[in-house]
Amino acid sequence: MLLFIEQCLNGLQFGLLLFLLAAGLTLVFGIMDLVNLAHGSLYMLGAYFAATFAAWTDSFVLGALLALAATLVVGMALEVVALRRLYGRDHLDHVLGTFGLILFFNELVRLVWGPAGMSLSLPMWLIPPVEILPGLFYPTYRIAIILTALLVALFLYVLVMRTRLGMLVRAGASNREMTGALGVNISLLYTLVFGLGAALAGLAGLMQAPILTVQIGMGENILILAFVVIIIGGIGSIRGAFIAAILVGLIDTIGRAFLPDLLRLVLSSRGASTVAPAMSSMMIYLLMAIVLVLRPEGLFPVSSK
Amino acid sequence: MTAALTPRNVVIAVLMLLLAAVPVYAAVTANTFLVTLFTRVIILGMAATSLNLILGYGGMVSFGHAVYLGIGGYAVGILAQEGASSGFVQWPVAILVSALFALLVGALSLRTRGVYFIMITLAFAQLVYYFGVGLDRYGADDGLTIGRRSQFAGLLNLSDRTQFYYLCLALLVVTIYLIARLVNSRFGMVIQGARSNDRRMRAIGFPTFRYRLTAFVIAGAICGLAGALLANHTGFISPATMHWTRSGDLIVMVVLGGMASSFGPLIGAVALLSLEEALPVLIRVSASPMFGDAAVRMAEYWQIVLGPLFLLVVLFARGGIDGLLAGVRRG
Repeated sequence: MLLFIEQCLNGLQFGLLLFLLAAGLTLVFGIMDLVNLAHGSLYMLGAYFAATFAAWTDSFVLGALLALAATLVVGMALEVVALRRLYGRDHLDHVLGTFGLILFFNELVRLVWGPAGMSLSLPMWLIPPVEILPGLFYPTYRIAIILTALLVALFLYVLVMRTRLGMLVRAGASNREMTGALGVNISLLYTLVFGLGAALAGLAGLMQAPILTVQIGMGENILILAFVVIIIGGIGSIRGAFIAAILVGLIDTIGRAFLPDLLRLVLSSRGASTVAPAMSSMMIYLLMAIVLVLRPEGLFPVSSK
Repeated sequence: MTAALTPRNVVIAVLMLLLAAVPVYAAVTANTFLVTLFTRVIILGMAATSLNLILGYGGMVSFGHAVYLGIGGYAVGILAQEGASSGFVQWPVAILVSALFALLVGALSLRTRGVYFIMITLAFAQLVYYFGVGLDRYGADDGLTIGRRSQFAGLLNLSDRTQFYYLCLALLVVTIYLIARLVNSRFGMVIQGARSNDRRMRAIGFPTFRYRLTAFVIAGAICGLAGALLANHTGFISPATMHWTRSGDLIVMVVLGGMASSFGPLIGAVALLSLEEALPVLIRVSASPMFGDAAVRMAEYWQIVLGPLFLLVVLFARGGIDGLLAGVRRG
């Protein structure tokens, strides 16, 4: 039972990370109607920046903050230089153009940081596990991830639904020309939204960095998962992304944790350990396919504009 | 339809002649690398041509087309491992399984539009990708080495590079011809009409879903055959063949060469794979006067040029290479 709770927490933590990635993606997607495959590259950059800055400043928190700022700047620059030219184009153009950007960023990272991966070590105060339930110790760092991501989710909700900036963003999403005609600087607004999305991706990357190694292409597989999340949740819906992300995180983690034991009943133990991770990954895509067939607009579609 | 002597037709004719001459040139210079490279170009050109049927003519942006390369490849690999090495069994199985999978994916995904279609085709491809990763008996993540190429009862020897090359080239030409005939038929007009305005096509009485599904299945079947060829070419099949970035490569070939054009995808495949070979050399040569020995190291990072190139094609050359050629006026 304790193991089950622990795995649920792991799933929640992974789901919240996915949410950070998916939130930026769904904002850009819902507001600018841009399919951005290069979002995973920003996730990767966040991790690389954090590893570098943390080594320079000798402080995890300072490094993380600098990395956030750096990803924000890179994201905004990317929007101004390249991506804003893709607005209003075909989705196929987005796929192709941003696919090219993935190659570009992967090579850029290889050029700057070299082909070997990096690691980001945690500060002492985040390492010891805490007892959250009698007999259940859970790593402090994972709790920190869960809390940070929940705070960010709250911040996003307040930002989009309760502030003037969020109101402008929503207005720009529903009618770009009209909002522009009322004197709002739409292109600046879009650049800001894109930068925000980039920073969220960077945050996800840098928080994942101490758990996995920082390496080239680390954003590619998780990007596809983030796409699955926003499709299940309904494009443009932050609430949908939140729920779908946690759902996907739980399925993935719990599948990985418990399927091997189940499969061992019918397969050899080596077979089970190969098949189980593949099966839990397949379950996610199966879920997405089922959702798309039954509710093509996702679980929480944004009410029609 | 008479072929006029336009710059575009000249380029295509020259390209086909060059492709036909590759083994001859290779035999004279004893350069087997070229045959290996261009066999790959031809096979991927065939896959891209099949994608063009649905992407270019049908407007269906399938982001999971590489999955059929994988299915076709695994059909050959698994049958070979189980002792059925006859090509008369392997290849029809590759085509049939690909077609059936395309039927399933198409039946479900063609109900959706736009970006949802892109993502659902991707999801099904990922499903099969992870299925391949979990195929413990057949190498799982590491892939499966195919010891013996498909046997054709002594009629053909696929281990012979030249024979295999010309077989691939012949199949490519047949594919291009069949698809060109198909898209200019009534059937092709319907799927092109559905690309422009599906609702109008349905309003005037065409059950477009059936037409588009048929096109989807044909494209999958042809790509499955290309997968069987690819597995024979490399003697190896692994889940990496159907990684989503491979599907991206196929889309790049189609768009780079020119969508909805008979020879466009082949031109795209030639251009993309040649660029992959030529860019490192180009960078090395052009940078060496300025940077000396460092140019060799710089050439390793050729993808830094290739990526933005895709973006430039999207922004400035929407018709791809074929579109540029068609735009060139004579004289």
